[in-house]
Amino acid sequence: MSLFWQVDFPALLAAGLASGLCALLGNFLVLRRESLLGDAIAHAVLPGIVGGFMLAGALAASAMLAGALAAALIAAGAIQVVRRLGRIEPGAAMGAVFTVMFAAGVFMLEQAAARNLHIDADCVLYGQLEDILWLDAPDISALPREVWTLAGVFAAAAAAVLLLAKEIRLAVFDPAFAAALGFRPGLIHLGLVLFVAAAAIASFEAVGSILVIAMLICPPAAARLMTDNYRTQILLSIALGTGSAFAGYGLAGFAPALLGASWSLNAAGCIAVVSGLAVAAAALFGPRRLSFASAAASLGRG
Amino acid sequence: MTADTPSASPFEANGLTVALGGRPVLWNVDVRLPARGMSAVVGPNGAGKSTLFKAALGLAPVLTGQVRLLGEPVARVRRRIAYMPQRSSVDWDFPVSARDVAAMGLYGRVGWFRRLSKRHLAAADAALERVGLADFRNRQIGRLSGGQQQRVFLARALAQEAELLLLDEPFSGIDTASEAAILDVLAGLEGEGRHIVCIHHDLRTVAAYFDHVTVLNAVAIASGPPAEALGEETLRRAYDASGLRPRALAA
Repeated sequence: MSLFWQVDFPALLAAGLASGLCALLGNFLVLRRESLLGDAIAHAVLPGIVGGFMLAGALAASAMLAGALAAALIAAGAIQVVRRLGRIEPGAAMGAVFTVMFAAGVFMLEQAAARNLHIDADCVLYGQLEDILWLDAPDISALPREVWTLAGVFAAAAAAVLLLAKEIRLAVFDPAFAAALGFRPGLIHLGLVLFVAAAAIASFEAVGSILVIAMLICPPAAARLMTDNYRTQILLSIALGTGSAFAGYGLAGFAPALLGASWSLNAAGCIAVVSGLAVAAAALFGPRRLSFASAAASLGRG
Repeated sequence: MTADTPSASPFEANGLTVALGGRPVLWNVDVRLPARGMSAVVGPNGAGKSTLFKAALGLAPVLTGQVRLLGEPVARVRRRIAYMPQRSSVDWDFPVSARDVAAMGLYGRVGWFRRLSKRHLAAADAALERVGLADFRNRQIGRLSGGQQQRVFLARALAQEAELLLLDEPFSGIDTASEAAILDVLAGLEGEGRHIVCIHHDLRTVAAYFDHVTVLNAVAIASGPPAEALGEETLRRAYDASGLRPRALAA
């Protein structure tokens, strides 16, 4: 098998799955006007990941997943507590909680590194896309574990979104009305938080938390600027997410060579930059872009 | 319609006390709305009007007391009640059409997990037609005027085909054409024997639009036909700085 199938294909698959998964879930954060919550959860799961890792002693997916879900629940609860007791705006409550939890995670990482456990800050932030290899290439069962984990979370998230399509749409648009009808918008929001946490943990090993944060927000935000149709927005965001993953990976692999440079680019970083460019393009050229006049008017009102 | 005994009150609160964020919003409220005619709840900002609806629907925590809707606890009659929250409570930039929103009124009947059928969409279209928005059904809700948005919300409540409609500020911030259209629809519903309770903000129109009015400011100050309930003394107690207006002043 060629080098492409052994090295590039599994990396593309992992990056594409992670980006598509985060883009799918990010739609509901963007529509709830809670984009920062994705950022908060992606940071806040770190102590859970490291804690699970330290207890299990290896990159055991189940231990880290359990730790990350617990950390996400603690973060979501703490945000509510800080918001109520402190009577501050939600963004400030999220900012306070996730920076403290991320700092605790970094502290725990250092302790883990001191004990010679194989986990470090670079791996968490940038991921290890280059290390995802499919050495026995045509053998499906030999696909790297990260790819299987991502595919599993993606399938579960897609199934939940399809099964609960109308319940989610109603809970995101008008939670009070949803509750009055007897639906459970609180449970649906909790499920969203847990899925974002699961996406963060499934993605972090391959692509790192920076890419998770970018993909939770950029593709849905770009899609939001391009359509007024709910379903189109979600499908478009997934396409933009996976498209950014492929384009960013290609850019990282070929741009330095084309420029004749000897240095290399970080693939996760390139993907995040491409997704940011997609938002910029949608804001400048998308059908729902603000004209400069109305943007200035809204700034004046604000 | 079910054969309610004429004496049964569609909306009855007894000793209702609700606190939000540690502050009492409703205090020992007794309200018993009549079975016939359109009812209004009036009071200054922060008087607990919306909270009264939310407590009745089980959306706000009740400390003491109880509310019975259509003579029953709310959990047993959810399908028979339509609720229209304040227009400002949702994000009108949301990527859904007028028809999508009207169809949400049918979600309760469709139930968990199941999808809307063509029959449901036809019912949503019929509700939009009734509020005069048939031509706007595919328009994104952010591209409608304030009055049209209010009518979309009303269409969603209509689609529920409820016996009791709880409408939070249906006439707030809208043009006169929409106000007339909404009033017309509500009068039609009332004629069909449905019970209508509106939170209302405009004291000048209460007597013209409603048969019964409850004046609320944390406590129920008065309740009865507008001519009797809207006395000078009542309004002074409800709206003036003197007497019972601790919450709004303290804020």
